[in-house]
Amino acid sequence: MFEIYGETFTSRLLLGTAQYPSPATLKEAVQASSAEIVTVSLRRESARMRAGQGFWELIEELGVRVLPNTAGCHTAKEAVATAEMARELFDTPWVKLEVIANDDTLQPELFGLVEAASVLVADGFQVLPYTTEDLSAADRLVDAGCRVLMPWASPIGSARGLINRDGLKTLRAYFPDATLIIDAGIGAPSQAAEALELGYDAVLLNTAVAKAGDPVKMAEAFARAVEAGRLGFEAGLIEPRDMASPSTPVSGTPFFKIDRVS
Amino acid sequence: MQILVNGEPLATDARNLAELCASLGFIHAKVATALNGHFVVSAERGLTPLAPKDEVEILAPRQGG
Repeated sequence: MFEIYGETFTSRLLLGTAQYPSPATLKEAVQASSAEIVTVSLRRESARMRAGQGFWELIEELGVRVLPNTAGCHTAKEAVATAEMARELFDTPWVKLEVIANDDTLQPELFGLVEAASVLVADGFQVLPYTTEDLSAADRLVDAGCRVLMPWASPIGSARGLINRDGLKTLRAYFPDATLIIDAGIGAPSQAAEALELGYDAVLLNTAVAKAGDPVKMAEAFARAVEAGRLGFEAGLIEPRDMASPSTPVSGTPFFKIDRVS
Repeated sequence: MQILVNGEPLATDARNLAELCASLGFIHAKVATALNGHFVVSAERGLTPLAPKDEVEILAPRQGG
């Protein structure tokens, strides 16, 4: 179980809803993932196409919690206005706060992120900021009232996994009480397991499932990986060492001769 | 008058945001609105007058990561 602003959740996998080959596959993948929370966005609605209305019906059928994002926002002002619209539209105080610095890397714009988080927390939002492993930004976000931090593992959609593992370990160590969710860059179930083994509370991913050869099977693979990773963390991993250490007892080895011991 | 709705020019007689949403078939739709970059809550659309060159955003739920 882990906590998001006082509410507890069992599944440590949060799933995005974009890029699936069909609405039916999206639905099956969410079910196979056991995710209790899915991310959604807001986009301009065409009076003719009305695409958003059909999508919302599908999400309602899934019966999961939604976490709206502010994807595509490049300034604090845009992100705040988008979050306000999301709160009304999805009837939730949660917002996955994204302020993007650069379209090639999609890295968080940390100054605008802190500014937007401060405004939104003061307005009653429960903010889940998409950030980096930077400790000073994390400090500012926690000071602003964020109880959840969502650092990237690597750039969105890059599937490169935890490219700054040491930085992420440090972030976990410095913020033992915050809920930490790896958001972005996870490409394989093993990478999700690694995040959970480091003590991260959950992972949020989209592309790795939606663009897999079989998204439904991959959703199940990630569900098992996060469970395995969390169990590993709770069990306590052994420390790596430079040299071999025999696991089989040395004592009683047959044909053992004392002159072979150097 | 001429305004921008979701980035596209539109000629409309709507006097306020609620009338505009109605004219576009969004009375019962799941949408959120903004005027000139500022969020307008649904209850205040009828109290929000429109002027020429106003920029209106009408957003709906969509897939997201």
